[in-house]
Amino acid sequence: MQKRAVVTVVGKDQVGIISKVTTVLAEHKMNIHDISQTILQDYFTMMMIVEMENKDLLEDLLGAFEQVEDEMNLTISVQLEDVFQAMHRI
Amino acid sequence: MAIHYSEIQETIRMVQMESLDIRTVTMGISLRNCQDSDFEKVKTNVYDKIVSYAGQLKPVAEQVEKEYGIPIVNKRISITPIAEILGDLTVDQAVELAKVLDQAAEKTGVDFIGGYSALVHKGMTKADQTLLKSIPRALSETNRVCSSVSIGTTRTGINMDAVGQLGHVIKETAELTKDQDSIGCAKFVAFCNPVEDNPFMAGAFHGAGEGEAVLSVGVSGPGVVLNALKRYPEADLGEVADVIKKTVFKITRAGELLGRVVAERLNVPFGIMDLSLAPTNAMNDSVAEILEEIGLESVGTHGTIAALALMNDAVKKGGAMASSYVGGLSGAFIPVSEDNGMIRGIQDGSLTLDKLEAMTCVCSVGLDMIALNGDAPAETLSAIIADEAAIGMINKKTTAVRVIPVVGKNEGDMVEFGGLLGRAPIIGVKPFSSEKMIKRGGRIPAPLQALIN
Repeated sequence: MQKRAVVTVVGKDQVGIISKVTTVLAEHKMNIHDISQTILQDYFTMMMIVEMENKDLLEDLLGAFEQVEDEMNLTISVQLEDVFQAMHRI
Repeated sequence: MAIHYSEIQETIRMVQMESLDIRTVTMGISLRNCQDSDFEKVKTNVYDKIVSYAGQLKPVAEQVEKEYGIPIVNKRISITPIAEILGDLTVDQAVELAKVLDQAAEKTGVDFIGGYSALVHKGMTKADQTLLKSIPRALSETNRVCSSVSIGTTRTGINMDAVGQLGHVIKETAELTKDQDSIGCAKFVAFCNPVEDNPFMAGAFHGAGEGEAVLSVGVSGPGVVLNALKRYPEADLGEVADVIKKTVFKITRAGELLGRVVAERLNVPFGIMDLSLAPTNAMNDSVAEILEEIGLESVGTHGTIAALALMNDAVKKGGAMASSYVGGLSGAFIPVSEDNGMIRGIQDGSLTLDKLEAMTCVCSVGLDMIALNGDAPAETLSAIIADEAAIGMINKKTTAVRVIPVVGKNEGDMVEFGGLLGRAPIIGVKPFSSEKMIKRGGRIPAPLQALIN
């Protein structure tokens, strides 16, 4: 079964957030299905649904995101989509 | 169906800001086939079986929490009540077996292993007797072993001889661990109407009706419920119940999903979801604060029982719809040392031992993690157990006692147990003796199941 994950990015708005984050995804060959982004009182929030064919890449991906988090002072989380389905759909 | 932006935000807020977590995944393992006439062989059998079943529990659970982004705080093991495999072993050998359990727990990386237990609600076998005698040493000479004893059920009544003995077991355990604020007692529970599939410590054991191995999940989330209620300050109590129900539904669904994934990867059947709201000392992760949010100035004041009853029932209703297999203790825990609101209630004088006792009539378990003055007599501790057991027996529910008579401490002092066990103000017991009643011994007969007013 195809696995999808939700990537969320929160942090102070600055130049290059989307570029940095999507570069990491591209490097891990992860296709983005959906993307939405808003800015709320200077705070940047972005959510993406990405395809996650190979869960073994997760460790690597989290490591790479950690670097981006430190560099740009962001909080990035990656969660398999199933958990949202379970919590919000009967 | 597509997930909305606001739903994703809600889940992330629950995890990052409101301490949503899965409190425990607990693997139950049957040790019935580990018996042997050769004690050395028993030890090897027990160790090997636990390690072979639970060896991957911790790494798999950690991988799953990473993938789903929801922390699984504890990984634990419950085993067949150990008295059932003791046979003719001596007290020394029983303690040695406890050490083997401790080693197996350490090897698998779990924080607690529960089931150093005996079920003596009607009578005691020789092995049960050995186990009871060995409990103080087993708890003081190991780190991760938890013990429980069932001393009553609605169908059998209360074994007061066992209750009388447990007072001394607790005192002795406190004495043997007095250098660490009698922490040994925090790993011991006396039960009335225990359940066979409870994943929470210290009372977890793998009951007689269970299979070879099973994975059960204890979900948590007082912080999430508290924050949900804060968004409805003017709601009436029916709406309050509804908010709790909906919130618990979501928490439970997340817990069940993760539990099933862990079980599947470990190739063991999924057991049950325990829907208990288990507080921690983390900021706002408190059951007492939920009661205060419902409208009490301080937990323990008049109205506490009504608020707790409402909350406990709403938790069950929300959870029961979210999971196909609900079991364990399922309700709200009210441990004192692990709940900042409860601690404050005792310090402010609004919450007392008597009120806590009354609260156990409507919540999931019983007197939990309560520190008492160290010079409380054994008979008084037995009498506290008897009172709780009577509440459980008559109301057909599980009740339990986990009290810590802290050697050298008196009413008003504070003890720090550290970690998840938290800290607690010492509560003084009543100065009047219960000795004569406890010395009488015997059994309290099983109650009528009709004429129940």
